[in-house]
Amino acid sequence: MIGIINYGAGNIFSLTAALDRQKIAYEMVNSADSFDRYDRFIIPGVGHAGAAMQKLEESGLVESIKSITKPVLGICVGMQLLTEFSEEGNSSLLGITPVKTRHFTEDLKIKVPHTGWNKVSVQNESKLFEGIPNETYFYFVHSYFIEFNSTFTVAFADYGLKFSAAISKNNFYGVQFHPEKSGEAGEQLLKNFSEL
Amino acid sequence: MVSKRIIPCLDVKDGRTVKGINFVDLRDAGDPVELAWQYSRQGADELVFLDITATNERRKTMVELVKSVARQVNIPFTIGGGINEIADADVLLNSGADKISINSAAVRNPELINELANAFGKQFVVVAVDTKRVNGKNLVHLNGGRIATEIETEVWIKEVESRGAGEILLTSMDHDGTKAGFDNGLLGKINSTLSIPIIASGGAGTIQHFADTFLEANVDAALAASVFHYGEILIPDLKRELRKQNIEVRL
Repeated sequence: MIGIINYGAGNIFSLTAALDRQKIAYEMVNSADSFDRYDRFIIPGVGHAGAAMQKLEESGLVESIKSITKPVLGICVGMQLLTEFSEEGNSSLLGITPVKTRHFTEDLKIKVPHTGWNKVSVQNESKLFEGIPNETYFYFVHSYFIEFNSTFTVAFADYGLKFSAAISKNNFYGVQFHPEKSGEAGEQLLKNFSEL
Repeated sequence: MVSKRIIPCLDVKDGRTVKGINFVDLRDAGDPVELAWQYSRQGADELVFLDITATNERRKTMVELVKSVARQVNIPFTIGGGINEIADADVLLNSGADKISINSAAVRNPELINELANAFGKQFVVVAVDTKRVNGKNLVHLNGGRIATEIETEVWIKEVESRGAGEILLTSMDHDGTKAGFDNGLLGKINSTLSIPIIASGGAGTIQHFADTFLEANVDAALAASVFHYGEILIPDLKRELRKQNIEVRL
């Protein structure tokens, strides 16, 4: 059973709908007392990374999340929360993965937000992408990105520069794209996560 | 790079699609959810639902529709029509819509763009603009092109960008329904001044028209209704041809 960390960071209707379609069981997690009930966790998130971090702190779940040893998947801003720092509001984040979240700058001459389907290339083999052909397109919507890192980047995308489309460190995983909106490939990725 | 997007647009009234739909294998041509699912299977990158319901029940029927689409369809979709305040957008986003599109409401109350962008993030806010040439000027029109305003289209689009729009959906009323191609001159001119994505709309008649708007105006996405609904252009054929012309698309 997946526990979805419920800290008030936006709409998760589409995520739970995608899990329902894949017949993957989940529940909302509101307190650390119930963490034992779950064998893996999803940290969703939309909007402002700094604001999301503040909500996470208010939920009182920060320390418990850091000490999870079961698989954890952060999606979009939920992935950015796993990093040390975001240029969005110059916010300190969970610091689980030693990388930073940056803004797409004007000199890249690209349109921001990065909106649409971008090719994703696998950098380091991961079970998360099992059964998904390399260079499959996933759906992205974001203005901030996680820098590329040869150790922690599992898959990258190229948009003005090479950035992390997926990261992992130990049991913590994150994807910048929205698997719940990325067609069959996204559903496969969620299924892979549920079987890690 | 990010691929160019192909977006079918569905008009919805009282929870049912209007305009003729001519798909094979379609059990119910008026069911927006089944149509959406079919389009996602064909390789559409995104969908736009335009609610043209005029009754007081509109919000309730639309919320139900948005939820059913989000439950069954695995690509992003935008809802437009009847969004006048934060609460309208809030209920749609919480029901699974990825973006909302505003048009006349933004012209009447431009501050709404700032409010929506602040509340939900700019990536949720599409501003749709209907434009028509009047005495040599491109002017913003309201109510599906029926009411002219004094506002110059290019000036308005720069304003909505600075207020926090995350994307522009530009429909040329001069080209809409003609099937003679998109207004690539205007689209290209506006696109060159923008740092947010722009969707071309109005005029699609052939596969080459889509290629032309990507090649000549470099737009981020192209939207059409009837050529898709009547099966005149099939999305897999369209995308194969675009790729042949070196336009990056998701196949």
